[in-house]
Amino acid sequence: MARLTINGKALEVKVNPSTPLLWAIREQVGLTGTKYGCGVAQCGACTVHVDGKAVRSCVMPVAAAEGKQITTIEGLAANGTLNKVQKAWVDHEVPQCGYCQAGMIMAVAALLKEKPKPTDADIDRSITNICRCGTFQQVREAIHAAAKA
Amino acid sequence: MITRTPKLDRRSFIIGTAAVSAGLAVGLRIPFGASVVRAQDGSPEITAWVVIRPDDTVVIRIARSEMGQGTLTGLAQMVAEELECDWSKVTTEYPTPGQSVARKRVWGDFSTGGSRGIRQSNEYVRKGGATARMMLVQAAADKWGVPTSECTVANSVITHAPSGRTTTYGKVAEAAAKLTPPAEVTLKDPKQWKIIGKSVKRLDTLPKVTGAQVYGADLKLPGMLNAAIKDCPVFGGKVKSFEADKVKGMPGVKHVLQVGDSAVAVVAETWWEAKTALDALPIVWDEGPNAAVSSATIAEMLKAGLDANQAFVRNQNGDAKAAIATAGKKVEAVYAYPFQNHATMEPMNATAKYTPERCEVWVPTQNGEAAFAATTAASGLPADKCEVYKINLGGGFGRRGAVHDYVTQAILIAKQVPGTPVKLLWTREEDMTHGRYHPVMQSKLTGALDSAGNLTALHLRLSGQSILSAVFPQLLQDGRDNATFQGLDPSGDFTFGYSVPNLLIDHAMRNTHVPPGFWRGVNINQNAIFLECFMDELAHAAKVDPLEFRRRLMTKHPKHLAVLNAVADRAGWGKPAPQGVHRGLAQMMAFGSYVAACAEVSVTGGDKVKVRRIVCATDPGYAVNPAQIERQIAGSFVYGLSALFMEECTVKAGRIEQENFHAYDSMRIAQMPKVESIIMPSGGFWGGVGEPTICVAAPAVLNAFFAATGKRIRTFPLKNHGITMV
Repeated sequence: MARLTINGKALEVKVNPSTPLLWAIREQVGLTGTKYGCGVAQCGACTVHVDGKAVRSCVMPVAAAEGKQITTIEGLAANGTLNKVQKAWVDHEVPQCGYCQAGMIMAVAALLKEKPKPTDADIDRSITNICRCGTFQQVREAIHAAAKA
Repeated sequence: MITRTPKLDRRSFIIGTAAVSAGLAVGLRIPFGASVVRAQDGSPEITAWVVIRPDDTVVIRIARSEMGQGTLTGLAQMVAEELECDWSKVTTEYPTPGQSVARKRVWGDFSTGGSRGIRQSNEYVRKGGATARMMLVQAAADKWGVPTSECTVANSVITHAPSGRTTTYGKVAEAAAKLTPPAEVTLKDPKQWKIIGKSVKRLDTLPKVTGAQVYGADLKLPGMLNAAIKDCPVFGGKVKSFEADKVKGMPGVKHVLQVGDSAVAVVAETWWEAKTALDALPIVWDEGPNAAVSSATIAEMLKAGLDANQAFVRNQNGDAKAAIATAGKKVEAVYAYPFQNHATMEPMNATAKYTPERCEVWVPTQNGEAAFAATTAASGLPADKCEVYKINLGGGFGRRGAVHDYVTQAILIAKQVPGTPVKLLWTREEDMTHGRYHPVMQSKLTGALDSAGNLTALHLRLSGQSILSAVFPQLLQDGRDNATFQGLDPSGDFTFGYSVPNLLIDHAMRNTHVPPGFWRGVNINQNAIFLECFMDELAHAAKVDPLEFRRRLMTKHPKHLAVLNAVADRAGWGKPAPQGVHRGLAQMMAFGSYVAACAEVSVTGGDKVKVRRIVCATDPGYAVNPAQIERQIAGSFVYGLSALFMEECTVKAGRIEQENFHAYDSMRIAQMPKVESIIMPSGGFWGGVGEPTICVAAPAVLNAFFAATGKRIRTFPLKNHGITMV
């Protein structure tokens, strides 16, 4: 049993405390926008916010997330209004297959919180998610657009 | 589409919190419409491609699979263009493979590979739209008692100007659906196109930014269990034994099962529980004779093929061997290209539910019909008792097209727990070590130059693996695998772009136990490196500018030359580059399109490569959605350059060594060059988009690296030489 706060909701989740947060989110809570890509914190598809910071949830045990504010892609839009990053993603038609994009968007949203006007160098340092479709050119455009929004 | 709003369905199932219908009941002849074929919600089908709802929504059927490449939007544009419908009211759905069988393949080929989605179906999907438009107009004209020639149509509105009357598609759809389709349909002249050729927005973006899109890995069905699987790490090996009792008591575990001869699966309440138990499960493998194979033994076998007397000849003229033997100047080089995995972001998965009466599969697939064939084969049930529901893919790149091993596995598991749906999801490790790999290939190239620096003879010998031998042996021609020669063919969609007086291109087929597959771009990846880097080598040996050297050989290949000239002009070839920046060129024809690239790189410390800019040109005949073509070009470069710099699957003791992204890296945003696309459709033919451009990035960068360093790298990936992408 773990007590998790996900997208503002307090939940009691029946799960072994060593279970990665990713799988608790996907399988116990049922929010599948957060993706499994590698399981070893390499690809970033599982990125969520824990207390506002981007975290690769595939390697964080549920026990470590207790008592913290967890935000998933489903919780990014407020009252049905897209977050400015999501909006920029739509405007710039960033996603191709889309599988990595939830993690990418969460990583970018965390970056913009920390650095509202990131430079290209900031982006290069902070955004290290893998996208096999190769959407990076649009990702960069959309980050700058979101920063201006 | 699996993401659409729910409609009533006799096989409803649950995804997340919303009920979503599994597939379409297209083709069901429901009593209340004389001979009208109806969609799931009862809306009339005008043609197999077009359903019109009473609220004027236009549902366009898409037989091919969306995996990020944008084909769903492009194909909808093709139908909508002829339909003259309101684009803002367009939605799409996938017909199911089972319905395709029942309706004698009314939607044609489902296969989504080889950059064929649009180029090979453009005519019949446009006709599907045009036929529907004519029937809708006819229905309106009949209602008004006027000739169709007095009616005009635009944006789903039919107008009879003489009487000032108008109606909409939704209002006449019922009547139109009852009409006999016209025998003759004339398609628009491309000059009249209004939607084709426009960068309309993709139809599938929103659910991909909110987390709402349900991928195969995300699927949930009532009562569903989850499976994790381990197949024998050595290809061709088998399960010897496993100790199920050791893990049966672990949390959530329901079943521990052998799957076929070679795999073991744990079925549990959650996937994490299944995976955890599988990791703890002792399994003994019978690895078989392939356990003795390594990358070194494979390389030796291929090397022997470089000089073998026997080889399949694909393209020849003159007498290359004789001309080389007597040449004043001879240039020779040997290149080698490794195995590579597709590494789609979404690992392989399939969900299956089996009873002796029915087998259903939910799967992200590039080819619904091939998934369906795998379903009938593995279930042992006849086609009318099987169904496959396609789900948008989290990446395909060829892995999810020809071979559906994961579907077979899911069904073999489901058969052992009849009545219970089981979702099989591979770990990344399973995905990396049980791929269908980019074939391994070596090439020996020999060229002869005359005293004026002209290429008088070229022998390009390939030695390596044949994909068709392993995947589609029925497509071999007298044993020869023509796909091996992509980009090197005498004619067709992969035409060699140079005229060489004495030419020989041949292949010594050397197959390995590592299963090969179609990998984005397929054989143009290595063929473009071999040919275009060697052209650069020849140009330097001849002391001729690489662009000029190529141009001399391309006078009879004006379309190849046009894209090459376009990138050279845009990049400023022949003019000074910025300090420290060096340029390289490459061109190819593939999948029906002509492509070229000029790369600009700078190199620091001899091994840190910054790819600054790549100018790319493509002539795909027609450009259906330029914005999406630009994205495919840039994306293909990420895939191709990741492969060039970072990716290799090595074989040790018969198995693949790289198990995850730490050992099989992929480009990040910091490494992304600026990609400038020149889309120059010349009309009159239909070329592909998703794959062709991938092949010119690597040789253009390699040639630029040579310009920067004077070093020629001929074996890949570049990480093996300590060269990194920064």
